Amino acid sequence: MTALNELTLAEARDGLKAKDFSAREIAQAHLDAIDRAKALNAYIVATPDRALKMADVSDQKIAKGEARPLEGLPLGIKDLFATQGVHTTAGSKILEGFEPHYESNVSAQLWRDGAVMLGKLNLDEFAMGSSNETSAYGKTISPWRRQGSDAPLVPGGSSGGSAAAVAAHLCLGATATDTGGSIRQPAAFTGTVGIKPTYGRCSRWGIIAYASSLDQAGPIARTVQDCAILLGSMAGHDPRDTTSVDLPVPDFEAAISRGVKGLTIGIPKEYRVEGMPAEIQRLWDQGADWLREAGATVREISLPHTQYALPAYYIVAPAEASSNLARYDGVRYGLRVPGKDIAGMYENTRAAGFGREVKRRIMIGTYVLSAGYYDAYYVRAQKIRTLIKRDFEAAYASGIDAILTPATPSAAFGIGEMASADPVQMYLNDVFTVTVNMAGLPGISVPAGLDAQGLPLGLQLIGRPFDEETLFAAAQTIENAAGRISLPKAWWA
Amino acid sequence: MSVDEKTVRRIAHLARIAVADEDVAPLQGELNAILAFVEQLGAVDVAGVEPMTSVTPMRMKKREDVVNDGGRASDIVANAPETEDNYFLVPKVVE
Repeated sequence: MTALNELTLAEARDGLKAKDFSAREIAQAHLDAIDRAKALNAYIVATPDRALKMADVSDQKIAKGEARPLEGLPLGIKDLFATQGVHTTAGSKILEGFEPHYESNVSAQLWRDGAVMLGKLNLDEFAMGSSNETSAYGKTISPWRRQGSDAPLVPGGSSGGSAAAVAAHLCLGATATDTGGSIRQPAAFTGTVGIKPTYGRCSRWGIIAYASSLDQAGPIARTVQDCAILLGSMAGHDPRDTTSVDLPVPDFEAAISRGVKGLTIGIPKEYRVEGMPAEIQRLWDQGADWLREAGATVREISLPHTQYALPAYYIVAPAEASSNLARYDGVRYGLRVPGKDIAGMYENTRAAGFGREVKRRIMIGTYVLSAGYYDAYYVRAQKIRTLIKRDFEAAYASGIDAILTPATPSAAFGIGEMASADPVQMYLNDVFTVTVNMAGLPGISVPAGLDAQGLPLGLQLIGRPFDEETLFAAAQTIENAAGRISLPKAWWA
Repeated sequence: MSVDEKTVRRIAHLARIAVADEDVAPLQGELNAILAFVEQLGAVDVAGVEPMTSVTPMRMKKREDVVNDGGRASDIVANAPETEDNYFLVPKVVE
């Protein structure tokens, strides 16, 4: 029999309903797995007491025939979501000791639907990074290794703890957030599925802000179906977030069996970037063939402003971050370091509390918003954002239903391998994902194969605004054709 | 455009981040690498293009102008490093 923590979320849901096992048993199986996986450092905090208490409530609900949609399913929560009474850090020293007196909207909806919280998952500090190496609580190690090597690899970032925990069976699914690729890139690096829904689909209320016009929550899980189930609970209108849209939440799970017959899939020629590894190109062609064989029409399209998305992102995101992170001043929460006066206290607190990458982005943001540079940098970047969005609108207006691209320009790299002096090298990880955030569109990353070293590679599908259903249908088609990736054996246990 | 040492110190002060003398030069290099990377945006013709102000075209939501929350001062100060009687305490600002 499959160990309880190795079931898919859908299988666990069915097993609980059939009373094959109890919510307490599956929660305990995960807590034991988390205990054995300390070497991966995927969790910043585990919450075993809360997990078992929630599982007991679930068992009572199941016994009374009152099971809710996610009853008894153990999940991990990215430590960017405020969780009432549970240490919430954003991976930063500056929030040391912070225990929110409120619950984020997205996590509250998961608990409303009966899910069980296992703990808080590691991430790049304030979600700024592509490798999980910037966390103040230590690096998360990927459960994956290159064939014949035990060199530690990154799980991607910023939702690296979420992706590693899902791939290592330390939860059935996890919450994550995506500002420039932080759901899709770690999902691709770990052989898991991750969807960033349309901007506005999930409430940002109670999620620690990085760049508010780009941030969006979504799930990471082991199958397309599991992601569809989780997004169904996470999404929905919240009057406390003015950008949350008042639209009904579709039945995402039902969409996975729609197939792609009759759909037109676009292949953007600008994504064929110089120096792209042959393996990635082959995988991309293979993905197009799978969709064609399943009845879709595939044709080349042009998104002419693609190359400008990443540089424009590195103006818009730091600018918004410099404003959002102004609140960490040693007054209202977290760390305080004394100074000779109040300004000195702010400066010392922020110098000690923020890590290098966060300081760098705050300073870039401060610079591009400062007097004399605002028009040249920030306003220009926002105009380019309009052009990027128009590119997508033109493609969709010409009859394209979804766009297929690689998820990342390479497979996972080793811990420390990107520690070059030039931060831009790390930023290039997001070259295929960041356009989607700039245009507010939904994007899903689905595992599609392994590279020559045995590491997973993902494909990305980009959809029309609020048409996540087509993405689930097309991603399921790829999952069916590629076969589910077999996840690594537990070398860490 | 690139930043000199003096500008790095000025930005750090505007951002309220203390920067040690030995960190100024490395930061200058890193910031200039990012600024060099975004330089290519200058090549784009943006004449007549509106800057994006709303990701999803939507009307600004407004709620009714009523008191719907409050009376939770102790929750709000609960995580502060220093408080007294539900006030945040900071170093003296005015002599």
